[in-house]
Amino acid sequence: MTKLFLIARIAGRPVAIDSDQVDSAVDVPEITPIPGAGDAVYGLAALRSRVVTVINTCIALGLPPLPHPPQRAVITRIDGHHYAITVDQLEDVAPFDLLPLAEGVAIEGGWARAAAGLIVRDGDPMLAIDLRALIPGLAAAA
Amino acid sequence: MDDLLQEFIAETRETLEALSGEIVMWEAAPSDRQRLDAIFRFVHTVKGSCGFLDLPRLSRLSHAAEDALAAVRSGERVPDTALVNAVLAIVDRIGEIIEAIDAGAALDDSGEDLLIAALAPGHATPEPIATSEAAPLPMVQRAATRSVRLNVDLLDRMMSGMSEMVLARNELARRLRDTGVEPAVEAALERLSHTVAEMRDTVTRTRMQKIDALFSALPRMVRDTAAELGKTVLLSIEGSEVELDREMIEMMRDPLVHIIRNAIDHGIESPAERRAVGKREHGRLVVSARQSGNQIIVEIIDDGRGIDTGRLIAKYAAISGRSERELAGLSDRAKAELVFEPGLSSKDKATSISGRGVGMDVVRANIEQIGGRIELNSTFGKGLAITIHVPLTLSIIPTIVVGVKGQRFALPRQAVEEIVRVRGDAIRVDMLGDTPIATVRERRLPMIALDAMLGLADRAADPVMLAIVAVAGGSYALAVDEVHDTEELVIKPAPPAVMATGLYAGQTLPDTGRPMLLLDGSGLAAKAGLRFGRAAPEDIVEAAPAGAPALTTLLFIDLDGVRRAVPLDVVDRVEPATASAVRFTAAKLRLTIDGSVVPLATLAGDAAQALIAARPSISVLRMADGLAEIGYPIAEAMDIVEIAEPMLPAAVAGPIAGLVMVEGEPVELLDVHWLFAHAADEHVASQAPPLCLFAGGEARWMENFLRPVLEASGYRVASALPAGEAPAVVLAMEGDEIAVDAPVVRLRAEVAGRGRRDSIYRYDRSALLAAVAARAGEAA
Repeated sequence: MTKLFLIARIAGRPVAIDSDQVDSAVDVPEITPIPGAGDAVYGLAALRSRVVTVINTCIALGLPPLPHPPQRAVITRIDGHHYAITVDQLEDVAPFDLLPLAEGVAIEGGWARAAAGLIVRDGDPMLAIDLRALIPGLAAAA
Repeated sequence: MDDLLQEFIAETRETLEALSGEIVMWEAAPSDRQRLDAIFRFVHTVKGSCGFLDLPRLSRLSHAAEDALAAVRSGERVPDTALVNAVLAIVDRIGEIIEAIDAGAALDDSGEDLLIAALAPGHATPEPIATSEAAPLPMVQRAATRSVRLNVDLLDRMMSGMSEMVLARNELARRLRDTGVEPAVEAALERLSHTVAEMRDTVTRTRMQKIDALFSALPRMVRDTAAELGKTVLLSIEGSEVELDREMIEMMRDPLVHIIRNAIDHGIESPAERRAVGKREHGRLVVSARQSGNQIIVEIIDDGRGIDTGRLIAKYAAISGRSERELAGLSDRAKAELVFEPGLSSKDKATSISGRGVGMDVVRANIEQIGGRIELNSTFGKGLAITIHVPLTLSIIPTIVVGVKGQRFALPRQAVEEIVRVRGDAIRVDMLGDTPIATVRERRLPMIALDAMLGLADRAADPVMLAIVAVAGGSYALAVDEVHDTEELVIKPAPPAVMATGLYAGQTLPDTGRPMLLLDGSGLAAKAGLRFGRAAPEDIVEAAPAGAPALTTLLFIDLDGVRRAVPLDVVDRVEPATASAVRFTAAKLRLTIDGSVVPLATLAGDAAQALIAARPSISVLRMADGLAEIGYPIAEAMDIVEIAEPMLPAAVAGPIAGLVMVEGEPVELLDVHWLFAHAADEHVASQAPPLCLFAGGEARWMENFLRPVLEASGYRVASALPAGEAPAVVLAMEGDEIAVDAPVVRLRAEVAGRGRRDSIYRYDRSALLAAVAARAGEAA
């Protein structure tokens, strides 16, 4: 089944995000920290008139954090709240077929939780991720 | 004409809504002139407009009601239930006709004659209501004229558009300021800002509604429901002015109606039953709303029979298959909460009022849908209290914005008792081991340093500002760096990641365009491990180091017109005295009061007597150390003041102990010790009170007349000298020969002294006592 995917780069890896999950792509605005909320959350930011929670994607995936402040993010709306998922860069939007992960492939580390399948772009396979899996605090609620 | 008609319809409709409560209150107190007038005005207005608009049916109805009410107003008729019902029926009918006119529908006029007939005196059947309801009503569609029903979504969009506008304005202002602009542009921007702010206010308010919108319909509903069941219920409503999100109000409407109907149907007993169990015939129903922290709490309390948990368990066991024994093991609260199980009603038979297949399970589901919760507190036989908590999210709440390490947070203003700056002894922070404790004017409170709590600083800096936060069970001091201002903010729920911290109650986007978090006062306390139990606050108070206790003093104006202070504890009482009661006797100024003589101390020295005489009246501070008593004459007492700061001691010992600061002015504090040392009569504790000997020919008169007076002043009295004792003073009449060697007080029988000048008229009590005291003093 062919769907529109947003191709982005997270922690140096290209990933595909189902465009149904994406509200918009934005430059990360000024962030107000949330003391006590943990490393996976950068803080709150005002995006137009909405308050979004900015997610430190690398930490959410269990990867070492970026050395520099986040530049770009995709906005997603989950359970009525808006989140900004920080990404290294945005590359493309194009229709792809979502394929199941190849048999025998065990995705390692934090990526495993987010993995939703794979797509193939110009012969290169890349991981399709579910943004929901990156949001801290949802696991119990989901 | 059409416009006029629309106007009339809209107006009548509005008045009708406002009136429904008045009518019920009138019924409760038929002699209440104000209510009667309100209803009279209504029918009168309707009548007037009807004639003008050519609406003969309305005119006839309102005219009849007006006549009946006019009779009540003039005192010719006493309003009874029949009359109230009849008037209500007519008011209802007017409402129906109005709707019919508005919808352009026809309305059968049968029964209107009956309605009018019911107004006649002596017509005692309450039927008319039924008649009017039985009349076939066409489904009339309400066409809105003055108000528009809006989708909340639309309001949301309006709201977010508004915030966008504010942000754009801010951005524009910032850029203009950077480039420097002409005054004209600045003025235009100013106007824009003003308009935007006003708009924002209005748009914000579109979401809010007083809970009165929910409550105003209750009196009528309670009355009708109770009447239908043959019960009488007194309804009291509190907190109608609490504001709540519109959506919340709509969501709460059905549950509230259901709960109230339940309370009247199942909870409150019939008058006969109530009498039998010794309750008043009127059932009481209290519906109240209040804001508490981050929640709105709506309480519905009845004094009915409560929940019969035994029967509830039996029924639940029957439908759920769980054993009664297992259920009996539940806590009382859990038992009562079985009411919320689907398919259950605590009443055996469903009535037309409640039990229409909609149970408390649906009520609970509705409340939980808006993020609220519902609690029961049932006392079997005594009544049931249902508490609904709904979150304040989406509501606008007044907040205080505080800053710590450069970041701003909002605190719900309702939770903040006061804000104080750490300064001096009255407001300070001490360390109990490693635990800070705040002292705010004698009150010791646990302290939370917000910066350390939020992990913004490793070690809490010295606190500057303290916000005293009230939480359930107690209060604590929250140390912050700055307090910015108060702001009304639209609080939105924060995402789970934020809520999971337990520190925040929501988030908001203020005018600055920077998101801000709303602190959760109780969450902070819980996180800091503060426990407010029954005993906890007292423990803290006891464990606290004893700070310099504040001195409570009485501030007064002394005889010389100077303000002075005296420790309040040593003052027994302040009494008015007349100048003539003060005499200079036996080297001391003494006051004769209440039949006793009190030595006076004063700073005025020799001038005292003149100063006292110059005043029409004085007061005397009466001070006692347990043995001796002295008085201190003053012009007037002023005030009781707490003095927290230490006294500046006087350089030399004297009647002034030192200076204290009262309202920024130095005030002399009396040295009570010095005063007692110098003014008090030397007390001879080991000896019996001084003995007064009555001697001479009038000893019998003295025995009868003077004994009580002297004994009341602390003397012993004797007519014959007891063996081995010497009298302190001897009382004798002028001319009596005295054999005893003791000071003598001579009395005379005439007012004006003829003979020796030192005799005292025997009925001049003050002079007599003063003289006795003086002579007794000489002896000692």
